Amino acid sequence: MSNIPDNLKYSKSHEWVSVDGDTAKIGISDHAQDLLGDLVFIELPEVGDGVTAAQECAVVESVKAASDVYSPVSGEVVAINEAVVDSPEIVNQDPYGNGWLYSVKLSDSSELDALLSADDYSGVANEDH
Amino acid sequence: MPFVPHTDADVRAMLDAIGVASIDDLFDEIPETLRIQQLDHVPEGLSEMDVARVMHARASEDGQPLNFIGAGAYEHHIPAAVWEITTRGEFYSAYTPYQAEASQGTLQLLYEFQTMMASLTGMEVANASLYDGGSSLAESILMAVRANRKSKSKRILLPRTVHPHYRQTITALVGNQGIQIEELDYDAETGCFDATSLPDEPGDIAALVIPYPNFFGRIEDVNTLTDWAHAHGALVIGVVNPLALALLVPPGEWGETGADIVCGEGQPLGIPLSSGGPYYGLMTCKQVFVRQMPGRIVGRTVDLDGKPGYSLTLQAREQHIRRSKATSNICTNQGLMVTASTIHMALLGAEGLRRVALACHQNTRKLLSMLTQIEGVEAVYASGNAFHEAVIRLQAPVDDVLRALAADNVIGGYSLQQHYPEMENCLLICATEMRSEADMQAYADKLARIMEMRRTPAQTAQPKTA
Repeated sequence: MSNIPDNLKYSKSHEWVSVDGDTAKIGISDHAQDLLGDLVFIELPEVGDGVTAAQECAVVESVKAASDVYSPVSGEVVAINEAVVDSPEIVNQDPYGNGWLYSVKLSDSSELDALLSADDYSGVANEDH
Repeated sequence: MPFVPHTDADVRAMLDAIGVASIDDLFDEIPETLRIQQLDHVPEGLSEMDVARVMHARASEDGQPLNFIGAGAYEHHIPAAVWEITTRGEFYSAYTPYQAEASQGTLQLLYEFQTMMASLTGMEVANASLYDGGSSLAESILMAVRANRKSKSKRILLPRTVHPHYRQTITALVGNQGIQIEELDYDAETGCFDATSLPDEPGDIAALVIPYPNFFGRIEDVNTLTDWAHAHGALVIGVVNPLALALLVPPGEWGETGADIVCGEGQPLGIPLSSGGPYYGLMTCKQVFVRQMPGRIVGRTVDLDGKPGYSLTLQAREQHIRRSKATSNICTNQGLMVTASTIHMALLGAEGLRRVALACHQNTRKLLSMLTQIEGVEAVYASGNAFHEAVIRLQAPVDDVLRALAADNVIGGYSLQQHYPEMENCLLICATEMRSEADMQAYADKLARIMEMRRTPAQTAQPKTA
């Protein structure tokens, strides 16, 4: 059973969101990193890029597959995690902590309401098995 | 494995299983008007002996003309050993094998090929080849748009001195992908893009293409162009003749930091001339862009016992995994052509390639000087550098002259006005290492005679003055 912290919101496409004021930090779930296997390459948006909810904005590549990361929320990218670009395995080791991917300044906080709670997401994650 | 066709009973059983009355019914969604009922022009079959007779007769119609045409496909000597080895059963397949790692010999060969290409172009990584020169450039453009993350545009600067067929291929392959192709004109004096006319504020550009040599055989100012492109956030795509790189500065050393992607037509390296191919495309790039490079890449590794082995690598973005989001869905490699090319390069070695390239360069210069001594024939570019092609202008209709030469067993060159209307009666000529002094003299003599004959009747037709 994968780790699904209660304090985060989730998307059906396996991203998590941690909200702090009008900024949101985004990463992929423990379940997602587990399915992908060892990550070898990560491609992040650039600071200043606009991202749109449900649109692809990053790529995480494992030895098995290169998968798109769909932004769970819309806004402008204000920070990216350079550490995971240099050492993608951090996402495998600590997907909710040091393995975050990027943060955005939210352009529409009502989008957060459409995201899943930990409980709901655990249902989605279980369907994959 | 024998090929066993379906029997009528097999076919009936399959049709019954899916509930269809006849095979024709499977095609009923194709409108009647588009379906050919009868193939009127397909003749009756012939026996093997009759076919051989027809083929010999057709082949002899080609004759053995002296060829002075280049224009993207070049007649070079290919040692007999190249195709003798290439067509051995162990190598004789056009495809990367399925279960690729079971064919270590093929993978090792592809790995050697990649190493040779990386070394010739001065780049860090190479793929196992693409379909041909034109599609390798179209793929390079798509790759540059993906790889250039600083550029928000899909704007590509493409000199008109890039092979006209490649430019057509680009239109066909990337024309509907939102990519904006902007053609750069060339300077009539030099046959190259005029690097002094580069704008200071060109706007957002994804990539600049640099042909090397260009379609007219000319050497562009690659250092200035490369540094200018990089200064404005654009990637540099070199589209090269790999043989020329045996003599010229490799794209990896252009300007301050070198080209970013290199592609080109591999035919000059061991592939015989054949209309429509098969030829092959080459592609190399800087390591940082390797994940955006389409096609197959072979890597070297070690097995459990520490012995070297080869495997396909970086496949995560290929079409069998990424489907429609793959880096490319038309990136087949040309395994058999690459096999021949690798053996060809191995036999010639770096020094052999250099000597071939030099002989081509010297022969073309010699041919140019012979032809331009003829009245009514002039060199179009007086100065500057060229590899193994040159442009001449005739004071006569070029098509008529080419026809007269062909009737005399000489293929005189490539008429440029079909693609470049401003180059009326201009001919792109090439003399590879295959052309002897006597061959070139024969061309010069025949051309002199034709030009002379064209002048004489014109003079007699002039009204006599009293």
